Amino acid sequence: MTDILAILASAGLWAAVLRIATPLILGTLGELLCERAGVLNLGIEGIMTFGAMIGWLAVFNGADLWTGILVAALSGAAFGLVHALLTVTLGVSQHVSGLGITLFASSFAYYLFRLLVPVAGTPPKILPFQPLQIPVLSDLPFIGPALFTQTAPTYLSIALALLLGWVLFRTPLGLAIRMTGENPHAVEAQGISPVLVRYGAVTAGSALMAVGGAFLTLSAFDSFIPTMVQGRGWVCIALVVFASWRPGLALLGALLFAFFDAFQLRLQTALGGQVPYQLFLMLPYLLSIAALAVTARRARVPQALMQPYRRGER
Amino acid sequence: MRFERRVHRPAALVLAAPVIAVAAALALSGVLIALAGAPVLEAYGRILTGAFGSRLAATETLTRAVPLILTGLAAATAFRARLWNIGAEGQLYLGAMAAAAASSLLFGSLPPALQIPLLLVTGALAGMVLLLVPLWLRLRFAVAEVVTTLLLNFVAILFVSMLIDTALKDPMAFGWPQSLPVTESGTLPKLIPRSRLHVGLAIALALAVVLAFVQARTVFGTRARAAGLSPAGAVFAGVPLGRTLMQVALISGGLAGLAGAIEVMGVTGYVTTSLSPGYGYFGIVVAMLANLNPLGVVAAALFSATMFVGADAMGRTLGVPSYIADVTVALSLLAMLVALFFTQYRVRR
Repeated sequence: MTDILAILASAGLWAAVLRIATPLILGTLGELLCERAGVLNLGIEGIMTFGAMIGWLAVFNGADLWTGILVAALSGAAFGLVHALLTVTLGVSQHVSGLGITLFASSFAYYLFRLLVPVAGTPPKILPFQPLQIPVLSDLPFIGPALFTQTAPTYLSIALALLLGWVLFRTPLGLAIRMTGENPHAVEAQGISPVLVRYGAVTAGSALMAVGGAFLTLSAFDSFIPTMVQGRGWVCIALVVFASWRPGLALLGALLFAFFDAFQLRLQTALGGQVPYQLFLMLPYLLSIAALAVTARRARVPQALMQPYRRGER
Repeated sequence: MRFERRVHRPAALVLAAPVIAVAAALALSGVLIALAGAPVLEAYGRILTGAFGSRLAATETLTRAVPLILTGLAAATAFRARLWNIGAEGQLYLGAMAAAAASSLLFGSLPPALQIPLLLVTGALAGMVLLLVPLWLRLRFAVAEVVTTLLLNFVAILFVSMLIDTALKDPMAFGWPQSLPVTESGTLPKLIPRSRLHVGLAIALALAVVLAFVQARTVFGTRARAAGLSPAGAVFAGVPLGRTLMQVALISGGLAGLAGAIEVMGVTGYVTTSLSPGYGYFGIVVAMLANLNPLGVVAAALFSATMFVGADAMGRTLGVPSYIADVTVALSLLAMLVALFFTQYRVRR
């Protein structure tokens, strides 16, 4: 019990929560945007892997960190275009197309990495994003080290969650996106092309996912390791359901999830090998499943999710 | 330009679709091989000789095809009923672990004729149990099984990793994390002496034939298909949806668990966390390339195994990363989706 209190009282825990949450926030927002327009994107796991690899590779080859983020975003957008081509223009199964994108993007990432980066005993490193020093706030006792020692992309991801919430619920563009996910025929009747909206949402959403992946190699860590995404993409898909397709709740869900993840990591060291470490590592996945079981029935699913839209066909 | 639904699906086109898809995937991968600075045609030539050039290579390719046939069948059975079982990887690991544990702890002293069937059933049961959890969550809580099966892959592999670190660790393995071994009499007999090819191939082929019959000629096959095409319509027509999905899940999870049991009883002899290089995930590609047809699964699994075994050999000599096989197989799935689309639709101006 005192162990648990000591963990909760350490600023390191709360700093870790924000760090662990960042890729989840970005991935969840990306998936949420796709699904709000009616397209399930199971490519997320592969897109995050590719974003992590290509962003790192760009920086490794001399680009600056923000260029790395941009390169990752562009690669994600490219995979998003392929997914949109298959699921929106052709209207094939969104499940299978997404899984295909994941298999392709991750194996392509491994292929390029093996081809372009010399094999070495220790994985090559880059200089990642450094924590931002915010005047006054970073110097506050406890709150400073707990909340204000993050890197720039973390603050950016939180801002993006608020921005996406505003766009979706307060702008005509957001109305068009949400309507496309509910009833694309009605969108067409308003003179807006649901095809165009879906293309835009899937492309932009996939770019966000790739940036989430790139955060892993450019900020949380400094090298690329195959399989480092470790199911984060699938967790993001669960978080979208948990958040009932609302960006604000998605932010909250990602933070909550990250809290449990950071907490189990520290509990693991505190208990020092009395319990097999694999049990702790299982917790995040089991937690996602439990969260789905609790929220799935109550969640308001976009009504046209996974429904291909073909003009003049019902 | 617009797409118009075809009234009839020409059989020739449906048969040609996977061939065209694979050709397109090979062409695209050719660009990546060229990027690595290797001669493309020679690389593909070496993949072929690497997979079939010698007796050893050919038996190795067939050995590699066995788990792919089984996970392919698992995916094909489930997808036909639109049960999105993406958890074959975890089910495979659990099946392998169950078979190895049952052999060394329970049935180890039994003669092969008794022990081998018992181990196969144990493995299949483990796979079934793991898939019943997501199915229950879907039927009870309306949770999409696609996410839960994906997440459970990680749980299952961590669980296996924990067991081979603790309770089921092989004490004779010099500290390596590997499981207790399958006993001598629980090992699958070889199909061809002096090779790794085991009777698992015969089991996989037999199951493909059985499933083809079940799909085409039984009430269950029709119900499963109806449940996939339109759940509401199926219920209206009197199909017991929950029970049908349950049967589909038992078959699908069982096949994936069996894949693990056969792999550990026929090839490795014990379980490690690198037992499967993604057989569960590539089973999805195999199923789709086969257009969910059980007999087609055999051909598609053979193609994937050829790529994996051949690319290893080619990579060693030409310096192309052997991940090219994964890339090609994944690309063939995407290409297959496009090819299948054009069997259903035609382009009109």
